[in-house]
Amino acid sequence: MTVMEQRGVYRPTPPPAWQPRTDAAPLLPDAEPYRVLGTEAVGKADEELLERLYAQLVRGRRYNTQATALTKQGRLAVYPSSTGQEACEVAAALVLQEQDWLFPSYRDTLAAVARGLDPVQALTLLRGDWHTGYDPREYRIAPLCTPLATQLPHAVGLAHAARLKGDDVVALAMVGDGGTSEGDFHEALNFAAVWQAPVVFLVQNNGFAISVPLDKQTAAPTLAHKAVGYGMPGRLVDGNDAAAVHEVLSEAVSRARSGGGPTLVEAVTYRMDAHTNADDATRYRGDAEVEAWRAHDPILLLERELTERGLLDEERMRAVRDDAEAMAADLRQRMNQDPELDPMDLFSHVYAEQTTQLREQAAQLRAELEASEEAGTDGEENAR
Amino acid sequence: MSTVAAERAAKKAAKPATMAQALGRALRDSLAEDPAVHVLGEDVGALGGVFRVTDGLTKEFGEDRCTDTPLAEAGILGTAVGMAMYGLRPVVEMQFDAFAYPAFEQLISHVARMRNRTRGAMPLPITVRVPYGGGIGGVEHHSDSSEAYYMATPGLHVVTPATVADAYGLLRASIASDDPVVFLEPKRLYWSKADWNPDAPQSVEPIGKAVVRRTGRSATLLTYGPSVPVCMEAAEAAVAEGWDLEVVDLRSLVPFDDETVAASVRRTGRAVVVHESGGFGGPGGEIAARVTERCFHHLEAPVLRVAGFDIPYPPPMLERHHLPGVDRILDAVARLQWEADS
Repeated sequence: MTVMEQRGVYRPTPPPAWQPRTDAAPLLPDAEPYRVLGTEAVGKADEELLERLYAQLVRGRRYNTQATALTKQGRLAVYPSSTGQEACEVAAALVLQEQDWLFPSYRDTLAAVARGLDPVQALTLLRGDWHTGYDPREYRIAPLCTPLATQLPHAVGLAHAARLKGDDVVALAMVGDGGTSEGDFHEALNFAAVWQAPVVFLVQNNGFAISVPLDKQTAAPTLAHKAVGYGMPGRLVDGNDAAAVHEVLSEAVSRARSGGGPTLVEAVTYRMDAHTNADDATRYRGDAEVEAWRAHDPILLLERELTERGLLDEERMRAVRDDAEAMAADLRQRMNQDPELDPMDLFSHVYAEQTTQLREQAAQLRAELEASEEAGTDGEENAR
Repeated sequence: MSTVAAERAAKKAAKPATMAQALGRALRDSLAEDPAVHVLGEDVGALGGVFRVTDGLTKEFGEDRCTDTPLAEAGILGTAVGMAMYGLRPVVEMQFDAFAYPAFEQLISHVARMRNRTRGAMPLPITVRVPYGGGIGGVEHHSDSSEAYYMATPGLHVVTPATVADAYGLLRASIASDDPVVFLEPKRLYWSKADWNPDAPQSVEPIGKAVVRRTGRSATLLTYGPSVPVCMEAAEAAVAEGWDLEVVDLRSLVPFDDETVAASVRRTGRAVVVHESGGFGGPGGEIAARVTERCFHHLEAPVLRVAGFDIPYPPPMLERHHLPGVDRILDAVARLQWEADS
């Protein structure tokens, strides 16, 4: 009997019950970026933590200026400076416990250094003597990632694997505002939320993806709002307020650690330098904008707070600056030595066991090197 | 028990099995043996995969070991990278060849080079299963031959079985490998059958070794995966023409077994490379060049290629005109300048 034939007795049936999977309201970010410095909330802040953050900020700024200088001297192929963003870098490193993992992007050298990585090893990629200068498992820092957002699914997979093994491990993955447009950002957040993986995503919204401003990057109210669509909380924080970033990330890390699943944190900050030394920032932004952010410098904000509370005087400031200067001098001195390179390393780590094809090519290079050694050249001829 | 007796017993226990069943058994045995092994992909759970290769694995090992993921190939492979970074051995399924393309960036930028960029500190033992090739009447985007893309990426192993025993043995070896392996499964051989005993050790050559499937004196057919049975058929048909063809199943495109291939071509003096994927920029060009470099003075004729046409994979009703068949292979063999043979 068709519907037409049973018209007399037909009653429309309601569709099967539907309800949203979760209540969206608790996932939504606040309207304003969360701040601690200069607000009443600062009263609750741990003084020792503020002092540690300050020392690391000053050190981080000095690292940025030293690495930028090394670029100008030709010691580094490139350096994407995080000047202005040090609060995010330092807070990301300090909220993690030893067994946790950090997944940095190419701009997050500083986070890796603040986590304890040797400053020279952190620059290997940018100097160009190898792609990664350290054993990721030793520091629990993934290799600095150049393709955008591709490290985010790695963080999810690692956190998921750790949880399957019953280990207490949280992964914190860093990405820029431009990276949030990539497909891997979407897939990583979706997997993390579905698997309830212990991951924290930190978006450093520094205003520009090279030259493209945020309003050409996204139509979302904030980047933190993107979290809601995946079913995870989105948090908005002042990225220049080290105490605020630390607090918000701390909450997210604790939540992940206790089985509460992932969080997306958007830190609103600003990139004071150009994208890299190859970029001319004056082509896409004005001085007034940069100056306005200069007044909101992360070091100034914390310095003001610590001074007002009597936690910082001239003597302590000098001690912090001296420590940063010593780090920079050591970095300069060690970076000004040419690294020792073995060209045969080119074939060492392609496969666990060299293939016949690579063995033949290694033999070819060895012969070329021996020939140039006999000829008294250092192989430069071949390079030309 | 003597070796002969053991072999006889194994043969007795052998029953007809399909390649899909052998692949499933390889996954099952790997999961059972090594708790680090995890299977993940779209539909690998309750459904058992669209080709049923993962049938029953979730039931036997639980959702944590055989996991239905969200539908996102970059996400599947990208999370597998993180899992491998933590010491697991993920086996991911890309449902169809053309569905693997969203995962290309993860494969090329991370999977292939993580060992290299970390100076050997962080190898990624990931197996990427990709059903590939045509001949099953699939609609668009279900029948690509993407092997050349994978071959062109240093850091990856690229293997493809042509027999039921190899399907099992090569997949076990791939999962056990400390390097990432792109495991290409010839879709149209999923239902091919052979007598096979899953409980007896399989005598299969390791990854990187080619195998002579049929010995011959007149010419060598160099082939792999879905084209192996076609070449075997062509070799049988060639007997009527007076040609005694040798068939070499490459099994592994990376690493490539130059030795077995060159030894065969030196014996026969003639070679035809046969594969489904397009000839231009395809695997055949590389193979022909390698053979020519090593065997030039033994060659009686140029190395020929019998490949698919250089067209996007055709619709199902026309694919038989595209795929290299027995006649096209025999035509190529006929072109090997037989008059030069004394």
